[in-house]
Amino acid sequence: MDIHEYQAKELLAGYGVKIAEGGLAYSPEEAVQRAREIGGNVWAVKAQIHSGARGKAGGIKICFTHDEVEAAAEALLGKKLVTHQTGPAGKVCGRLYIEAGTNIVKELYFSFLVDRSSERIVMVGSAQGGMEIEELAENNPDALTKIYISPAVGLQDYQAREMAFALGLEPALLSHAVKTIKGCYRALRDLDANMLEINPLVINSNDELIALDAKMGFDDNALFRQHKVAELRDKTQEDPRETAAGDRGLSYVGLDGDIGCMINGAGLAMATMDMIKLAGGEPANFLDVGGGASAERTEKAFRLVLADKGVKAMLVNIFAGINRCDWIAEGVVEAVKKIDMKIPLIVRLSGTNVEEGRRIIAESGLPIITAETLAEAAEKAVKARNEVVANER
Amino acid sequence: MAILINETTRIIVQGFTGKIGTFHAQDMINYGSNVVGGITPGKGGQKHLDRPVFNTVKEAVNEVGAEASIIFVPPAFAADSIMEAADAGIKYCVAITDGIPTQDMMKVKNFLRRFPKEERMVLTGPNCAGTISPGRAMLGIMPGHIYMQGNVGIVGRSGTLGYEAADQMKALGIGVSTSVGIGGDPINGSSHRDILEIFEQDPETKVVIMIGEIGGPQEVEAGLYAKEHMTKPLIAYIAGLTAPEGRRMGHAGAIISSVGESAAEKVAILKELGVTICPTPAAMGETVAAVLAKL
Repeated sequence: MDIHEYQAKELLAGYGVKIAEGGLAYSPEEAVQRAREIGGNVWAVKAQIHSGARGKAGGIKICFTHDEVEAAAEALLGKKLVTHQTGPAGKVCGRLYIEAGTNIVKELYFSFLVDRSSERIVMVGSAQGGMEIEELAENNPDALTKIYISPAVGLQDYQAREMAFALGLEPALLSHAVKTIKGCYRALRDLDANMLEINPLVINSNDELIALDAKMGFDDNALFRQHKVAELRDKTQEDPRETAAGDRGLSYVGLDGDIGCMINGAGLAMATMDMIKLAGGEPANFLDVGGGASAERTEKAFRLVLADKGVKAMLVNIFAGINRCDWIAEGVVEAVKKIDMKIPLIVRLSGTNVEEGRRIIAESGLPIITAETLAEAAEKAVKARNEVVANER
Repeated sequence: MAILINETTRIIVQGFTGKIGTFHAQDMINYGSNVVGGITPGKGGQKHLDRPVFNTVKEAVNEVGAEASIIFVPPAFAADSIMEAADAGIKYCVAITDGIPTQDMMKVKNFLRRFPKEERMVLTGPNCAGTISPGRAMLGIMPGHIYMQGNVGIVGRSGTLGYEAADQMKALGIGVSTSVGIGGDPINGSSHRDILEIFEQDPETKVVIMIGEIGGPQEVEAGLYAKEHMTKPLIAYIAGLTAPEGRRMGHAGAIISSVGESAAEKVAILKELGVTICPTPAAMGETVAAVLAKL
């Protein structure tokens, strides 16, 4: 789960990380009010969306008067921002964070990530801030310092000092840096975050270390014990189809193709989508209905796939392990009768009680196209899709 | 032979008396697995499925000589159950549980490394379908009937895609020595490479098929190991050709978050390392058959 910059900053401030003074605004009037409260004569008006690279997308505006703050807020609120992280669909800005301007002397890069190779948290830093980690890793990998943290004892002071020196900080800033770095680590550990990035971490003209941006991502599997974090979820930043699926216990990812998919198991789902692609089609979605695909669940899954109006054909591929093909076949037949499908449906069943399952589909009298193998299923789905498209012309 | 489990392996079920534990324990017993009891703290001394229930794993090891365990404990408590098994001297543990927090798994892995290698419990999973040595023993939740006994080792992240592979092979008359599910989580007990090392030592396994997916470094690490140390042919399929960057495809670990983690990149690297690639997921059976024919 991702959260907004202002939420991450609030969390980090609670762990002793210094941030610039700021406040949240939902309207241009509120934005001006926040600027008044903060005082001074420079403010950053920052679009709150779940994505990095907001600056490049025009989501951060530096203002020198209250009128400019109001105009910037007017321009950003309700605007769809497209970054390389949001994809072409973009994300709508519904909240602004108004922050006091910071006199930047130096920009640094600092983050914590889960390193899957060492199975540890890795702390990453670079004296070259502002750029994205991918760019840094590609252009100048030697400029990145990585320090691995033992899960048994956690981050040690000497490691924080090593990082501070690697970031090129002056000795006078050392104790402040150690406090900042350790605060970030404690936030990550205590709140079950799997990513924390401060880019840039800046030194200001008062010789202070300030988290100018902050990004945190959390382990969905740990939200059951992180109620405060779970409350920070902003559903407006999620694909509504994916949110609806998640609320129904289904795993769904919307894609750009037009062949809808319903499959049990994440691996088989990815493989079936690969097969569609190799057969010349494009999947409209990833959808794992899970192990116990009951009739009710099957119907929900059908509705979800068909809610995407671009879907021209739908492929169901179920390998029944602990559940049975006959139960799934009954669920599919029931769902099709209820929903009144207008597009071709291709069903491939395999595994436990497969003959019985195929018989139920065949005897249903519904125009369901059946397939016995994965290859046949994908080919038939692509063919059916092509016929639909040809008829539309 | 086979690896990790056979018909004599003394198995216990952690989370024995719960609904899911009961269902799968019965299924494993029906398959012929040597289930000697189970653990449900507070229910020690009772009988369940005609087998003794223990309060702790240590008791089960002392009283019925438990060697392997399977975990059906809810995510919040599963890491603790894994560590209990390791500390009690269980040799092999399968964690079925889906949804264990990443930080808990980091602790588990760190805990396991405290034991000297020869005494260290082998863990597979979490978030997996388990392990089966067809015709001998099943320590998992898979449909046992789709597996035929034979000489091909399977290691894979996904449950149902592993079934698909076994099914394609069975249709061609090809059997399996052992199929091992390593699970879909970012931090897991055993990597593809760890399992390849065990298959390499097994005289019954002639070839191995690795069923990987997007995300993480494990498929490439396995390919490097195979190139350097394996005498047996390795075949691979990597799922997720159509997966967009930065999106989680069902499994917690199935996400392309850095260079080299996409299916196309993994396939290219594995090819380079001499691994035989299944061109499509529908060709897993025939690719294995072709490699077997050349032996």
